[in-house]
Amino acid sequence: MSDRYAQLVNSRPGGLLARQVGLPRPARLERHSPGDPVIRGRVLLAAAPQGRLLEPVAAVLAQARCELATHPDQRVRELVARAGLDATIFNPQAPGEQRLKALVFDASGIADSGELASLHAFFHGAVAQLDRCGRAIVLGTPMDDCASVAQKTAQRALEGFTRSLGKEVGARGATVQLVLVGAGAEHAVASTLRFLLSPRSAYVSGQTIRVNRARRPENVDWERPLQGRLALVTGASRGIGEAIASTLARDGARVVGLDVPALAEDLRRAMARLDGEAIELDITAPDAPDALAQRFSTGLDVIVHNAGVTRDRTLAKMPPERWSELMDVNLCGQERIDQALLDAGALNDNGRIVCVSSMSGIAGNAGQTNYATSKAGVIGRVQALAGELAERGLAISAVAPGFIETQMTAKMPIAIREAGRRMSSLGQGGLPVDVAETIAWLAQPASGGLNGNVIRVCGQNFLGA
Amino acid sequence: MSVRRVAVLGGNRIPFARSNSAYAHASNHDMLTAAIDGLVDRLGLEGEVMGEVAAGAVLKHPRDRDLTREAVLSTRLAPQTPAYDVQQACGTGLEAVVLVANKIALGQIDAGIAGGADTTSDAPIALNESLRKLLLDLNRTPDTAGRLRLLTRLRPGQIVPEIPRNAEPRTGLSMGEHCAIMAGEWGITRAEQDELAARSHQHMAAAYERGFFADLLTPYLGLERDQNLRPDSSSEKLAKLRPVFGGAQGTMTAGNSTPLSDGASAVLLASEQWARERELPVLAYFTEAQTAAVDHVHPRNGTGTPEGLLMAPAYAMPRMLDRAGLGLGDFDLYEIHEAFAAQVLCTLRAWEDPVFCRERLGRGRPLGPIDRERLNVNGGSLAAGHPFAATGGRIVAALAKALHERGCGRGVVSICAAAGQGVVAMMESSGGAS
Repeated sequence: MSDRYAQLVNSRPGGLLARQVGLPRPARLERHSPGDPVIRGRVLLAAAPQGRLLEPVAAVLAQARCELATHPDQRVRELVARAGLDATIFNPQAPGEQRLKALVFDASGIADSGELASLHAFFHGAVAQLDRCGRAIVLGTPMDDCASVAQKTAQRALEGFTRSLGKEVGARGATVQLVLVGAGAEHAVASTLRFLLSPRSAYVSGQTIRVNRARRPENVDWERPLQGRLALVTGASRGIGEAIASTLARDGARVVGLDVPALAEDLRRAMARLDGEAIELDITAPDAPDALAQRFSTGLDVIVHNAGVTRDRTLAKMPPERWSELMDVNLCGQERIDQALLDAGALNDNGRIVCVSSMSGIAGNAGQTNYATSKAGVIGRVQALAGELAERGLAISAVAPGFIETQMTAKMPIAIREAGRRMSSLGQGGLPVDVAETIAWLAQPASGGLNGNVIRVCGQNFLGA
Repeated sequence: MSVRRVAVLGGNRIPFARSNSAYAHASNHDMLTAAIDGLVDRLGLEGEVMGEVAAGAVLKHPRDRDLTREAVLSTRLAPQTPAYDVQQACGTGLEAVVLVANKIALGQIDAGIAGGADTTSDAPIALNESLRKLLLDLNRTPDTAGRLRLLTRLRPGQIVPEIPRNAEPRTGLSMGEHCAIMAGEWGITRAEQDELAARSHQHMAAAYERGFFADLLTPYLGLERDQNLRPDSSSEKLAKLRPVFGGAQGTMTAGNSTPLSDGASAVLLASEQWARERELPVLAYFTEAQTAAVDHVHPRNGTGTPEGLLMAPAYAMPRMLDRAGLGLGDFDLYEIHEAFAAQVLCTLRAWEDPVFCRERLGRGRPLGPIDRERLNVNGGSLAAGHPFAATGGRIVAALAKALHERGCGRGVVSICAAAGQGVVAMMESSGGAS
């Protein structure tokens, strides 16, 4: 489970050696603990002309009590003053020794390729000041909300920028994201900005996240955003599933954990710690969908389809049962369960389906035709269901974990394991909690605007990106 | 009880010298005496009993007890003139003017002189603190055996004297280091600072050329002009200097910071009646003043950093303006003490900044920008030098004269001081602006 290489190069003698030899030194990633502020350090906020997001973003930062800095730009200073932000000044012409923890740039107003220079102007003057485990967030306009070909071109171009910058700053443990905010969704960005700025998103980088129009969140307790939500997590007895369950519980949810009877003991132990309920059930069993619809007939807010298996074998050597068993657990099971829950009206208003896909489902992987098919199918479900669910006041999204340090990865041959860890911008594997934090963000009542997103939790792994 | 108008009748100073040069052997006493005597000569005050003389110095010797009274006794003023010392770091000179003006306004006195002197050359050096305590213990011990025992505590290190440092007692940082933090916080560029410094020299050189200082200065120990003044100064030349504060990334140099300097100044204030009786023309009226202080030690609420050491004038100004019912833009001349170019620029930026004005001043809108063409039009401390307590008198006298030359209008003075303090004041031309 432990990444001995990262520990070594982050120790004093190991670090010296790594520097001498020129080995990569992945940063120790900061992670969230209950009670922590959204972000420790200063957030630099700026906008390209005509941007429409400065005001809502300033409001989010003010509410999150962020330390803010702006350029000495009178328009921006007036705006942040109105938002009640005691913002300091960062002048790229005289940066001095100022350090910045996050760079937030509203690029939504960029209307043509010439104006992309404002991206360079902003980040060029500030990126050297970005701290370890810093954050860079570019806000843009989705192509379908753009008015002209020129604007579509320029807005699509943002993705090349954020993905490249992520690769430049990843060694510092810093992450870079592009958030496309749909027209009318300006006030739905709070949960996303908070997640991306905070150490909760430690292992999420290089992502393009789309925020759609959604109901305006009211009276959110950001320390316990899932307060009062009932969540079902499949495959909850161990590893990532257990981390999901405990993170949802930490954020205030009442958790019901589900796993196969063979893991009943682990499941009960895990649920006991969270004051949660255990359901011993095989999701592929014919009566499973009805049983769950029955159990949650009084309403379920969040279902996390985490249960999954691998049955690796190259295709030529893969017997049919290795294909069908896996497909049943990873894809067909959740299709049947969701259908039953939806038919029974068991998902509450503003309910959420969050699926666990995989980087393999995006990039493909030798020996995993079955697995990658199932996980790509999960992405298909998200894309296919998003529209229908939105009409019913529900939302679906998925996470696609990359190399996550689990018992499963610990058993990999060392060469493959090391490649999995290092071939990413952050140069290390993620932890189960990184996947769990991402799911907890997607499950929040305030995250309805994220309907249809597939978020990679992969440290910007080079595969399939 | 009625409040009287306070007239500024004139001022005098000796040229300011760079530390350890022309005035290396002159004391505060000598320089303050010279500045007052120059005023006495010019305005015919010989033998006059003034209501009071208030002055001070920032760096004082223990022997300078009642420095001002002793200096008065050395001048040609009547020895019956009472005097007292004032000390408020670089605000000393202006605060002394405020004190004298207030007594005149209230009718407690009819005329007075305010001033200040400072020398960084003839600086006080004290006994090593542990040696001083030992000697005091020795003095308190009656018996020889006890005295001998005490003498065994003598150590060679105790020979090292206490030398005054230009550092804030509560932060350990020098004034320049504090200002470098402010410059960083306000994003003040090197180029802005150098430009302000160059203009200060150019303005002061031009003022000398047209004889502006002829009746404001008395030559002293061979100096006829401020020694620090460089008439050929330019932004390009200043840009070549290396930073001295704020590390390698720093923007503050010896060129855009005031040098340590020596000098003294004095200003004559009086009631209008007193001036009329002596047929002394009124140059300007001293109308308002405000002192403020900031907490430069503890982090401000919700932030990790304390307020900038030299930001107090930014707080004092709006309080004074509100009382006077004026806006920052309502002045014809602005005299902002150039302790460091960055201090001036931070202050101006703060007054323009909606965030500062809302969060720290509690105002819905910024005080706004000033017309830079009206700022320090006859040069400032960067050109003249800055003998701490002498600067207030220099500025008040020069502003009074400039307002008199204009024949109308208002001027405002802003001076930052160590320990997080600041003094601001307003003057009006005697020509009748109201």
